[in-house]
Amino acid sequence: MASAAAKPDLTEARLATLNMPDGASEAREAALGRVRAMGLPTRRDEYWRYTDPASLTQANAPRAAVFAPPGEVPVFKYIDRLKVVFVDGVFSPEKSDDLTMAGLEIGRLSDALSKDIHWAREFYGTLETAGQDPVARPLAALNTAFATDGIVIRATGKAEKPVALIYLHSEERSDAILHHLVRVEPGAEVTVLEVGPAAARFNEVMEIDVARGGAFHHVRAQGRDHERRAVTHIFARVGEDALYKSFTTTANGVMTRNEHVIEIVGDNATAHVAGAALGDGANAPFHHDDTVFVTHDAVGCESRQVFKKVLRNGAEGVFQGKILVKSGAQKTDGYQISQALLLDGDSSFQAKPELEIYADDVICSHGSTTGAIDEEALFYLRSRGVATEQATDLLVLAFLAEAIEEISDEALRDDIRARLEEWLARRRND
Amino acid sequence: MLEIKGLAVKLEEEDKQILKGVDLSVGAGSVHAIMGPNGSGKSTLSYVLSGKGGYEVTAGTATLDGDDLLEMKPEARAAAGLFLAFQYPVEIPGVGNMTFLRTAMNAQRKARGEPEMSAGEFLKLIRAKAKDLKIDAEMLKRPVNVGFSGGEKKRNEILQMAMLEPKMCILDETDSGLDVDAMKLVSDGVNALRDAGRGFLVITHYQRLLDHIKPDVVHIMADGRIVKTGGPELAIEVEQNGYADILAEVA
Repeated sequence: MASAAAKPDLTEARLATLNMPDGASEAREAALGRVRAMGLPTRRDEYWRYTDPASLTQANAPRAAVFAPPGEVPVFKYIDRLKVVFVDGVFSPEKSDDLTMAGLEIGRLSDALSKDIHWAREFYGTLETAGQDPVARPLAALNTAFATDGIVIRATGKAEKPVALIYLHSEERSDAILHHLVRVEPGAEVTVLEVGPAAARFNEVMEIDVARGGAFHHVRAQGRDHERRAVTHIFARVGEDALYKSFTTTANGVMTRNEHVIEIVGDNATAHVAGAALGDGANAPFHHDDTVFVTHDAVGCESRQVFKKVLRNGAEGVFQGKILVKSGAQKTDGYQISQALLLDGDSSFQAKPELEIYADDVICSHGSTTGAIDEEALFYLRSRGVATEQATDLLVLAFLAEAIEEISDEALRDDIRARLEEWLARRRND
Repeated sequence: MLEIKGLAVKLEEEDKQILKGVDLSVGAGSVHAIMGPNGSGKSTLSYVLSGKGGYEVTAGTATLDGDDLLEMKPEARAAAGLFLAFQYPVEIPGVGNMTFLRTAMNAQRKARGEPEMSAGEFLKLIRAKAKDLKIDAEMLKRPVNVGFSGGEKKRNEILQMAMLEPKMCILDETDSGLDVDAMKLVSDGVNALRDAGRGFLVITHYQRLLDHIKPDVVHIMADGRIVKTGGPELAIEVEQNGYADILAEVA
């Protein structure tokens, strides 16, 4: 029973370092109640079996050096976007663009919760709360209780360009908690980009409500700082005829846990979530965990989970993915694939795919593979003059392609592919 | 150009000798054909020359313009001018045919200390060469060999050869899986590359391909050795009488 006794200590030690900001105090107090009731996670929790949450729950952020390789092209640099910049989790008005765009209402969370923006105050924490069942996600509740800032977006039409959340990291022990709210009104459309490490340790929650006929696109490139740590939760509710698409690429990071909780509540909706991770344990350990929970609670909906990880030098990958089809959710088309390419014998991948189906007229499939580089393909490339390292990188990009293809916008897709190519080339030439 | 002396090769994993002392000399500007029954070691010879793993050279040498091929990595052999047209071209999902070829071309150029080819130059060149081989733009965009028919795969091999302009071309049963029209197309592609500075080693079971790609020298390979060498008439003899007579004669 050591762990049961340790949990309150662990939780209170973390809570002692935090101050509850103003605004939405009811929601925040309720979230604090959830944190205390659940306790922060430990390795003994089933949901954290493959990922040790200790560095995410400890009282203060572990140190993380800032990684700023000279000459590296920032992700999304060539994309026309509205820039919203946070430095160590603090909004920077100087570095950010003017927060106005046709088709969008956009503002800071800290303003929205204290002002009279009804939808934001009423929405704050609701999907996080709903997402605590059937699996506890205490770090998300902690976020709702203590998030210092974030961005609040309401799409009322088709946004003219993407909103880019740019997370800079400057302090070696910065500890950031950001909470974003996105509401896509019927028929509206918005793309949200995220890039950067945000802090030495980053706890992020994004709650997204996509109403009937709306479309939400999300493309994220997590920071390249080797020692950074992040726990992110995206809670999405997808309405009738709505489209939800999210893609994340991760290169480097000593600890990353990305949770995705999607509830499809309207008929004929589509929800895709994808990830491409490049892990190299040579400079610092690399641990990357994708944990996804998709619930089908409507008729004729489609969901896809496509997760690819390339691991070398002792890098660790984890995938926990679930598709839950409720009893009324007929004509569901659910697909899930998680694959790891292990470039050496030191690296590891653990996958826990789950299907739970209570409807009888559905198509659901899942697959998980772990493999090495294709020696035949490698020799074919080498026989044409491409050296082993470069040939391997070509095959790595080919392996990630299915996940990258999930990005709908061609310019964004090309940008992500170009950055990945560049990161691989830098690694090869350094 | 290509000089092979006493080349003996066994499988790395098991104690099985495949090549038992091959001697072969292919000069610039000439086309040599190697014929022989299944299991005689023809394909193994092509793999060992191009540097495929899984084989152990137990004796002999192989040089290209005096450089020791067997000491070089596969990519270095390619940069030195060796090209193998595969019997079974490999499918590489996710790698576009154009990306693949441009990467290969520039990697070879870089290895030789030559400037890389610009995207524009490359595009112009590949369009012209693809047209000759009746390879359309769609095929160039698709992933390497994925979903290609047997004939398309072989045409794609010849396209690579035409783009990379190797000194020494080895064709491993390029005729397998080809219908008459495809065979003509592929042969025309090869013939267009025949040049005073380029050598060819054409491995085949059948004389049919040699009607299109006319060899200067024909070798018969059996049980890991070249057992007979002659002119084009040797291929016709094989076609008419099979290998049995020749093998009996040299036994």
